[in-house]
Amino acid sequence: MSKLKSREEYEKTGSFRFWRWLDGRRDPYVGQVEMKPQTPVETPELTIRERLRDSQAVRDKVYDIENNKSLNFFHRVYVLAAIVYCVGLAVILLAMVAYLPPTGEADRPVNNEVSARYIESGLQETGAVNIVTGMILDYRAFDTFGESNVLFAATTTVLILLHRKKKNQDGRVEELENDRLLEPKRDAILQGSATVLVPIIILFGIYVILNGHLSPGGGFSGGAVIGAGLILYLSAFGFERAEKLFTEKLYKTVSFAALTTYCLAKSYSFFTGANHLESHIPLGTPGAILSSGLIFVLNICVGMVVACTMYTFYVMFRKGDF
Amino acid sequence: MEFIRNFPFFSIMLSMFGGIVSPVLPERAAKWVNRAIITVVGALSLALLLYLLETGESYVYMMGHFPAPWGNEIRAGVLEAGMALFFCIIMLLSMLGGAHKLLTEVAAEKQNLYYILVNLLLSSLLALVYTNDIFTAYVFVEINTITACGLIMIRETGRTIEAAVRYMIMSLLGSGLLLLGLCVLYDLTGHLLMSNMREQVAYLAANDLYAMPLLVTIGLISSGLAIKSALFPFHAWLPDAYGYSTASSAAMLSSLVSKGYIFLLVKLIYRVYGFEVFHDSHIVNVLFVFGLMGMIFGSLSAIRENDIRRMVAFSSVAQIGYIFMGIGMGTQVAMVAGVFHILSHAATKSLLFISAAGLTDVSGGSRRFEDLTGAGYRDPWAGAAFTAGALSMVGVPLFSGFISKLLFAQAAVQNSGKMLPALIVLGISTILNAVYFMKTVIRLYTRVGAAEKSGRQFAGRKLYVAALIGFMILNVVLGVNSQPIVDMIGQGLGMFA
Repeated sequence: MSKLKSREEYEKTGSFRFWRWLDGRRDPYVGQVEMKPQTPVETPELTIRERLRDSQAVRDKVYDIENNKSLNFFHRVYVLAAIVYCVGLAVILLAMVAYLPPTGEADRPVNNEVSARYIESGLQETGAVNIVTGMILDYRAFDTFGESNVLFAATTTVLILLHRKKKNQDGRVEELENDRLLEPKRDAILQGSATVLVPIIILFGIYVILNGHLSPGGGFSGGAVIGAGLILYLSAFGFERAEKLFTEKLYKTVSFAALTTYCLAKSYSFFTGANHLESHIPLGTPGAILSSGLIFVLNICVGMVVACTMYTFYVMFRKGDF
Repeated sequence: MEFIRNFPFFSIMLSMFGGIVSPVLPERAAKWVNRAIITVVGALSLALLLYLLETGESYVYMMGHFPAPWGNEIRAGVLEAGMALFFCIIMLLSMLGGAHKLLTEVAAEKQNLYYILVNLLLSSLLALVYTNDIFTAYVFVEINTITACGLIMIRETGRTIEAAVRYMIMSLLGSGLLLLGLCVLYDLTGHLLMSNMREQVAYLAANDLYAMPLLVTIGLISSGLAIKSALFPFHAWLPDAYGYSTASSAAMLSSLVSKGYIFLLVKLIYRVYGFEVFHDSHIVNVLFVFGLMGMIFGSLSAIRENDIRRMVAFSSVAQIGYIFMGIGMGTQVAMVAGVFHILSHAATKSLLFISAAGLTDVSGGSRRFEDLTGAGYRDPWAGAAFTAGALSMVGVPLFSGFISKLLFAQAAVQNSGKMLPALIVLGISTILNAVYFMKTVIRLYTRVGAAEKSGRQFAGRKLYVAALIGFMILNVVLGVNSQPIVDMIGQGLGMFA
């Protein structure tokens, strides 16, 4: 028994909208996406004048550019010296390349017992199928700990330079508007694709981290993928929603927990190793997801630090606050 | 294995953990954790030094379950332990002496970040001192560079940001050259561990293989580290970076950061290239010439300067020149003198920066010489400390600077080829030092009015005065009790080979 739909009902169905869209009579994105470029920020003339005056004051009072002969001399010599230096360095390095051991020959100095052992017994000794991960997180884990601290120090430095505390209510509104000027917001296409992509990207990042000892990847690459996913989410949905998840407290907790775990786990391993004690950490079956001893844990730690670093960098450069 | 052999590893890990834990601590707790860590690391290094002096030989420490060419490794000898101890003392005194300036010059919510950086800086210095692996060295050079930038710009004024950018560019250039050199060196030797590289380099040098790339690596590594430690033509970043950052930062940058790189260079010379190979490369002569030029031009710039902090900073250029002159003379004796001057300059320059902060405080915050007139009466402690530092820099007996100049002169006399230029420049540089330091001291003790006698009292500044006294004692100890220290350096360098 067929039933005729009333016009009102028909207008609610998907096929009606589809045909209308096909005819070009209706665009579902009108009003939902940004059709034209945003109007650029207008800087008040007073501010421009102030800036000009400030830079002029710096030129005149601090450096005294016009009359400062030594500075002008220095600038000229500096440019000349820099050119000479760069050209000289390039020539020396190019000349040197010709004398280096030829690539691809079996008797190069780098093909020695060091790489032989990594390749031959890396799997048994570290339990990691991915030899690179075994190398950076077990054989040379101290370097990698240093490397994650490089990231930590870099984040700290960026926080020093760019972190601005939330000001009063007015200042906050202004910041949000400024933020609006930098990125499209409530854009249906961006939000729609982000809804689909962000979970996949983050899942993929987690996969890369967790499988770091089995397949190419690991903490650094997986963490970068997760960080990219978080940044996409923030760009699509804005700070209001991102802040529900990622706050300064979360950043501190995660980086503290990850680095502390790394520090303690590896300290245990270094201490037992150096004192020739049994380490009691099972290596598991190579190839299983829960295997390769500490490498699995360390990959997760590195991944969290990298993801936090990427996201924090982006947030600091964009707004200066979480 | 004796338990005490774990101490280098404990020191590095403890200071790193201090950096990690600081962001979640309240600000006061972070401050005390920082001080406690520096003290504990210093105590550990002292114990290790005594132990090593007793056994008389260095040892390597396996970082993990894998032996040397495969796993990471650190190495401790007399010189390493002594350097670690010395760095801890300087860092503690600098932090104590600069504590009151830190409160006013660094925003309240960023104080924690400062302690993170200081802890990480300590860990990277310790790692540079103890490392036996060039890649570990490079990783910690990176940490050192980044934390140093942070230490400069945490006092947020336009000048410090500009200085930090300048420092970053120059320092990254240095890092890049160092990395290039290390990569090529790895390509030639197939090892990252210093002991194995040494064997391979000796083999290459003996058979005259890859002579040209080897020479280039020596050049790249020396110039990279020279840029990072502000040897003369690459010193343009230095005066602003030291002159405008907060007092404890300036003290640590001048006395620890740049010295860490020089120590790494010394270590690479002995442990990777071997003294003979390095010496035969003639790169030493380039370092020697630049060292001499730095000694003169640094002092000349300092004389022209009208800002006490920048003057002290320019004086660093001259003193770094002394150290590179020692390295460049290419004899063991000169190397000992150079390493001693690392200690002597570190102890003196941090004293000068910390006391200059006190002197500018009593002169209405101004750092210009006309406002500083009579500051020695307004702040007697800082005045006395600055005078002691100035005397040491000029090279007056009883202070550490005298001993290093004496050692340099002795080394120069024993080196027939470089004796004349070294001695002449040493003389000229000493006179120039005297000109600008004595000019400053005389100005500090010139009365401007009768009502100046008020004097800032001891109360409320216990830490600051204690730090100044500590620095002065350190200087006098280095100056009076130099022979055991020089012997220790000789013994430590002997252990390198």
